[in-house]
Amino acid sequence: MVTTMLAARISPSRVGAVINRNVGALRSGPSYWLVLVSGFFEPVLYLLSIGVGVGALVGELRLPSGRVVEYAEFVAPAMLAVSAMSGALAETTFNFFFKMKYSKTFEAVLATPVKPFEIAVGELAWALVRSSVYTGAFLVVMVALGLTSPGWALAAFPATLLVGVAFGGVGMAISTLMRGWQDFDMLTTGQFALFLFSGTFSPVQDYPAAFEVVVAVTPLFHAVELVRGLAIGELGWGLLGHAAYLVVMGAAGLAFAARRIQRTLCV
Amino acid sequence: MSEQPLIYARGLVKRFGDFTAVDGIDLEVAPGEAFGFLGPNGAGKSSTMRMISCVSLPTGGELRILGLDPARDGSRIRARLGVCPQLDNLDPDLSVRENLTTYARYFGLSKAQARSRADELLDFAQLQEKASSAVEPLSGGMKRRLTIARALVNDPDLVLLDEPTTGLDPQARHLLWERLFRLKQRGTTLVLTTHYMDEAEQLCDRLVVMDGGRIVAEGSPRSLIETYSTPEVVELRFADGVDYAGKLEGIGRIDPLPDRILLYADDGDAAVAEVHRRGLTPSSVLVRRSSLEDVFLQLTGRTLVD
Repeated sequence: MVTTMLAARISPSRVGAVINRNVGALRSGPSYWLVLVSGFFEPVLYLLSIGVGVGALVGELRLPSGRVVEYAEFVAPAMLAVSAMSGALAETTFNFFFKMKYSKTFEAVLATPVKPFEIAVGELAWALVRSSVYTGAFLVVMVALGLTSPGWALAAFPATLLVGVAFGGVGMAISTLMRGWQDFDMLTTGQFALFLFSGTFSPVQDYPAAFEVVVAVTPLFHAVELVRGLAIGELGWGLLGHAAYLVVMGAAGLAFAARRIQRTLCV
Repeated sequence: MSEQPLIYARGLVKRFGDFTAVDGIDLEVAPGEAFGFLGPNGAGKSSTMRMISCVSLPTGGELRILGLDPARDGSRIRARLGVCPQLDNLDPDLSVRENLTTYARYFGLSKAQARSRADELLDFAQLQEKASSAVEPLSGGMKRRLTIARALVNDPDLVLLDEPTTGLDPQARHLLWERLFRLKQRGTTLVLTTHYMDEAEQLCDRLVVMDGGRIVAEGSPRSLIETYSTPEVVELRFADGVDYAGKLEGIGRIDPLPDRILLYADDGDAAVAEVHRRGLTPSSVLVRRSSLEDVFLQLTGRTLVD
């Protein structure tokens, strides 16, 4: 309890300085921008190829509520959640790991008044910037294709931020445990499995019952359900449950990451 | 307030598992002092420095930095320290200037303050022409100067330098020493570790010799040499493998090393004359002033740089 209170004594100016470093790194060259842009297009390409392309074969889909939607309308919010996830994970895994382990950036920062928790918060906030640039642009695409209305797009946007927090927090936590680059293969595979089986391309109700239970504990499922509910205007109390899952996930990831930074670098 | 030591340690201990890196040391460093830790690799210098820089907490003993307790006020203390780590950890994604301005922000300096401070420090580190360069192409000496400049960005009360010139060529070392000497003249308190005795002699008012996690001697470079060595040392090398140690007996204290014999004497030339009078013909003879290297050898039986 005491440590939580101490950890909560964070300075906005120091967190800002951690973010400021990443803004500075943006100017380092075009390579970062290329990665940034390609990361955005991936879910867009899936939306066009599967949502719209395969969707033409699938036709319409009946939601549990009985409402019927176009297949693309069903897939688009899932791709939106995926872009929030991948934006946040890209920053908090590869980039975070590099700063923590290879370039010793965090080591240098920890010699200043900045505390481990402030590094974690700053890095998470930065990941959220990238994630929200992706989701903001993706929502524009969705509105342009008539897959959501501007009003529901605005409602879905904060939900994508929450998805970014959740995956950003856990991404950092995972990065602090990574031994080397080879571990990232596992992460990439895991991320792809979530991408395929989180009620993204077909309703989870269509999965075998046992598998549905497994999926229900994985994070992208909750992200997809929450974002989809808002993007297509299917509101229900269940959405609060999904949101709570993501809040806990983000907070736990953040706290764990801060603790690991402390324990690995402050020895 | 001015009488209060900037660093105060009693029975300071750092353990990593069963390994004791720092084994109960006492220290006091006063404002304005240039204080050095001299010792070989693994002596516990860097572990001590990390505790002083409030990054790593002591396992035992008492430690006060700037009168504050690192366990409670780590962040507040670090705000007033400048740390130059043993290995450069400059930011590869930022330019030379940005490395300074970005770092300044961690200390709460405003954008404008950070910019003007960076300009001053680029001058100090003689890196003005490299300001917009990336860090990677810089020479070792330039990177080191930038790291030191970065450590000064918050105008610290205490500057900690862990092996500031290790791995640099002689020219780069001398330039760095000159910069550090300037800092010292301005009254900045410097604490540095080194395994180069010439560095300790050049920069330190007072130093401790560390070995195996303990302090084995303490004093000014001169007083350590006076206490533990003689004014001059003769280095003798013999071409054949004969054991000459016995034949040199009575001339002065002798240290037979694998490749040469050290002969400690008040008057080096007189000692050499005596060697020749005994009919011994060394293949090379060097008479030199005694150094901290000799002090270390005398205290531990080993050389500093192996």
